[in-house]
Amino acid sequence: MTLTKRIIPCLDVKNGRVVKGLNFESIKDAGDPVELAEKYSSEGADELVFLDITASDEQRKTIKDLVRKVASVIDIPFTVGGGVKSLEDARNILLNGADKVGINTGAIKNPKVITELMELFGRQCVVIAIDAKRNYHTDDSKNIFIENDKQFWFEVFIYGGKEGTGIDVIQWVKDAEELGAGEILLTSIDKDGTKDGYDILLTKNVVNSVTIPVIASGGCGKPDDMINVFKESNVDAALAASIFHYETHGVNGVKSYLKDRNISVRL
Amino acid sequence: MVNVAIFDYGAGNIFSLKNSLEKIGATVNVITNFDDENIHSGLLLPGVGNFDPAMNGIRNFSKIQFKEYVGNMPVLGICLGMEMFFGKSEEGKEKGLNVIDGEVIVLPSGMKVPHMGWNNLEIKKPGKILEGVANGSWAYFVHSYRVKPNSNDVITAESDYGIKVPAVVEHDNFFGTQFHPEKSSIVGKIMLENFLKECKK
Repeated sequence: MTLTKRIIPCLDVKNGRVVKGLNFESIKDAGDPVELAEKYSSEGADELVFLDITASDEQRKTIKDLVRKVASVIDIPFTVGGGVKSLEDARNILLNGADKVGINTGAIKNPKVITELMELFGRQCVVIAIDAKRNYHTDDSKNIFIENDKQFWFEVFIYGGKEGTGIDVIQWVKDAEELGAGEILLTSIDKDGTKDGYDILLTKNVVNSVTIPVIASGGCGKPDDMINVFKESNVDAALAASIFHYETHGVNGVKSYLKDRNISVRL
Repeated sequence: MVNVAIFDYGAGNIFSLKNSLEKIGATVNVITNFDDENIHSGLLLPGVGNFDPAMNGIRNFSKIQFKEYVGNMPVLGICLGMEMFFGKSEEGKEKGLNVIDGEVIVLPSGMKVPHMGWNNLEIKKPGKILEGVANGSWAYFVHSYRVKPNSNDVITAESDYGIKVPAVVEHDNFFGTQFHPEKSSIVGKIMLENFLKECKK
């Protein structure tokens, strides 16, 4: 036996509640984060990810209490991301009970924070979250891909997918690993919310560009999407939100389904 | 009731470990040096941080040194905490605690590093920490280095990650897990309970 693929429920938290946008429109309340964390943990989730999408820094300060509450009810690892800008933000999250901290915009704006975090807390705490989107304006400096006769590259987006950076995802993951990242949380903006399946091309190419673990995110609508991403790429973990939130499939149900189809999971 | 201490090197999540121990009935104090009177029946070296800063944290802020403080008291080293039991580590330049003969080396290239996620325990021989733990049980690992004891006798369980990674070691009153029991669900809880049982003896 060997290391299993990880199945990771993601909880988007806004003002202390779990929310889920349906097709980028109405944000629907999906429950209490602490209750959901406890439920997923007992159902066999391998890890949890919390993304704080609270708009203002002022309201975000409540994350510390939330991290503490979650840490006291679960006995599996969890990552907290969203709005992490500095060493101090990360420290605040880690010292209150999170195992890893996810940094996205903060790492693009100040890449040396990756190294600082690694040196202080160890590489395994540092998750670089990346929102990736196809850009069809190609130039020679980018890693170009072709799909359906169209050429494009994958661009890093920040501020919750609102702002392009001109940075090539494939280059950025290599740089992030070099700087001290322990894991990549890779979200496809193109696929997010579509329930159409993960972005296999993106995932496969990121996995092949680094030697640290990668979590695939964005687009999961059914357990078969997880099977596809695991079979088509050597990705380490699959993250999903909606398929767990609304009881369409329990965590355990999803994992049993995967196991029956020869994906190595912990059951 | 059993009273144990967690040594805090100041780097990372010890809240979860403290919480797990309290849930199974321990009284837990977090200590940052060995100079106060030892009122504890067990010590835990948590698995967060980096080798050199953690060793400096253990060595530089106390008049009383580790071995003197610990005596025959059971000590559980988790991940980095277990790595510190050995003489030296490729992660740093500082000397380790040297209570188990051997060294700490980086995981082989060719596999993803860190080794992160749930892996099986292959139980090699009975051990105090492993009592009641079934062969093949899942544990949560996250590490970039592995221990290489001079004697394989101290290894009670291994895990397969391309090579055999020592997962649990026991030597006298020193117990080590490369994985995180506080993050390993019910199986981890059994092992922490086993450790507390040792502390009560």
